[in-house]
Amino acid sequence: MTVNKPVSLRHSRSGSKTFWLTTMMLPATIWLLLIRYLPMFGIMMSFLDYKLPTRKVPFPLNLLESPWVGLKNFQFLFTSESLTMIRNTIGYNALWIVLGLLISVSFAIMMSELTRKFLAKTYQTMMFFPYFLSWVVVSYFLFAFLDPTNGMIVRAQRAAGVNVIDWYNSPGYWPYILTICSMWKNTGYSTVLYLSAITGIDRSQYEAAAVDGATKWQQMIHITLPHLKPMIIILLIMNIGKIFNADFGLFWSVPMNSAPLFPVTQVVDTYVYRAYTSTGNVGMSTAAGFLQNLVGFICIMIANGVVRRLDADSSLF
Amino acid sequence: MTTITKKNPHPFRLNMVSRKTETLFHLILLLFALACIIPFIFVIIISFSSEDSIRQIGYSFTPVTWSLDAYHQVFNLGDALWRSYFNSFFITIVGTLLSVTMCVMYAYPLFRKDYKFRGFFSFLSFFTMIFGGGLIPTYIICKNLLGMSNNYAALIVPMLVSPFNIIIMRTFFQTSVPFDLIEAATIDGSGEYNTLVRIILPIVKPGIATVALLTALGYWNEWFLCLMYVTKRELFPLQYLLMEMQRNAEFLARNSSMIGASGASAIATLPSQTMRMAVVVFIVLPIACAYPFFQRYVVAGLTIGSVKG
Repeated sequence: MTVNKPVSLRHSRSGSKTFWLTTMMLPATIWLLLIRYLPMFGIMMSFLDYKLPTRKVPFPLNLLESPWVGLKNFQFLFTSESLTMIRNTIGYNALWIVLGLLISVSFAIMMSELTRKFLAKTYQTMMFFPYFLSWVVVSYFLFAFLDPTNGMIVRAQRAAGVNVIDWYNSPGYWPYILTICSMWKNTGYSTVLYLSAITGIDRSQYEAAAVDGATKWQQMIHITLPHLKPMIIILLIMNIGKIFNADFGLFWSVPMNSAPLFPVTQVVDTYVYRAYTSTGNVGMSTAAGFLQNLVGFICIMIANGVVRRLDADSSLF
Repeated sequence: MTTITKKNPHPFRLNMVSRKTETLFHLILLLFALACIIPFIFVIIISFSSEDSIRQIGYSFTPVTWSLDAYHQVFNLGDALWRSYFNSFFITIVGTLLSVTMCVMYAYPLFRKDYKFRGFFSFLSFFTMIFGGGLIPTYIICKNLLGMSNNYAALIVPMLVSPFNIIIMRTFFQTSVPFDLIEAATIDGSGEYNTLVRIILPIVKPGIATVALLTALGYWNEWFLCLMYVTKRELFPLQYLLMEMQRNAEFLARNSSMIGASGASAIATLPSQTMRMAVVVFIVLPIACAYPFFQRYVVAGLTIGSVKG
């Protein structure tokens, strides 16, 4: 018995350890269950003709009163309006993933080559700044240039006697404006990420390559980029998973909610919000949101699966 | 060695890009870096321009006359502004405190290799990063079931937990806390909470700073929750107040021809453009002040968090 005693003591101690550690998980777990997992059951609303809760039939009992309508709520998919918004969402995201990757990797490589580190640090500090601002603030920055009466560009056009562009009513320019805004706000962030990965590379590899006569360009292709590959792939998988999710703030506040711009600024997120606030159609907006999540989920699974097959170490999970 | 000296005319610039290329790099980076901060400087200048100057030459880097009118107007806004300023600070501080506490308490057991349910709880938080119920079901649950509408809870609770921050925090634990330390504490009879608070937390202070700053930034810049859940003016955070000012101004400007003289007088009493720019300055100012800290901790945090944990 005396031999067994320490064992049982350790058992009870590990039991209480598990208990106390589990209590630590509780607050966030409750939050996750209520705010993240419970709404997943709400997806069933996309198959219902949702009846609003009343005093007599409060939520969630009203769900029982709402008749099942099958796929009727998904019919919106076959309107031209929804094709536009799907094209916009995927188009902008695909373009920005590629463009963002190219720009920030090249910026990071350029910065790592600068001899005066102090200047590199200064550039980095300045470039990172927009990441900390909200899109509402950014929309004002843009407005200062494009405002139809006082905007700097508008006044300059008027002064030069050229055709004054009514920016907030001309959809043709907005794919470029939105792209510039997105790059402006997010490049600093990803540049910082890639730069820190580059600084982590062992310098002796470059020295060895130089001794063997490799040019700077060859060193970049054969040393820097392979080292950045894992990070590029992980960020790529994450971004592909979000290809059907647009940055609501960008598409909502930067174009100032201007209706003539909708053909190029409407994306799934703004569509869901507008559909819900203007028509109150819970079934349809839930269906749109559900599709968005489903496509994202499938994309991330495929991207991760492909990466895992090619290079198991780089996959996200 | 001879081949290198042949290729590179400056022997002291061994294995570096040529002078010309470096100058080009400087030029590109400098232009982009300037483009990143000039809009903010522009808005500051506009906020100090006089209304006359704007009527004459529009928004300009070199206004005809300077004035503090915009700031007088901002201070005359009185309650509406200070209320929103208070709301923004209140939401940011309370939200950050709660959020960081929950994040640390969730991340710590995930880092403990000897914790039994580690895999389960990892999955529980990670899964929400790749799948969710969507905007409308979340809205309906929060509003109808959890009573989040027109109260501070609606502006704080929906953002409390971020799986991304949990990953950052867990990685900080993994990289800076030696496991022997926990074992030693346990042998000395220290309880789990005691170990976490007294021994572990002081070690991971930089991690906490990172997560806290990221969270605070998120709360400070938040306006979407207000758009969704709040209609009472007394609860508006600064960001939303700014957005609403813009929307009202736009509405009146667009419809001024239809509403005639009464509309014109309404426009006259509207917050002037310079004043709205001054509010922008007010919003960005705290961020600009905290920026050195952000630089230091957030860069480190994001670097760690984005590396596969």
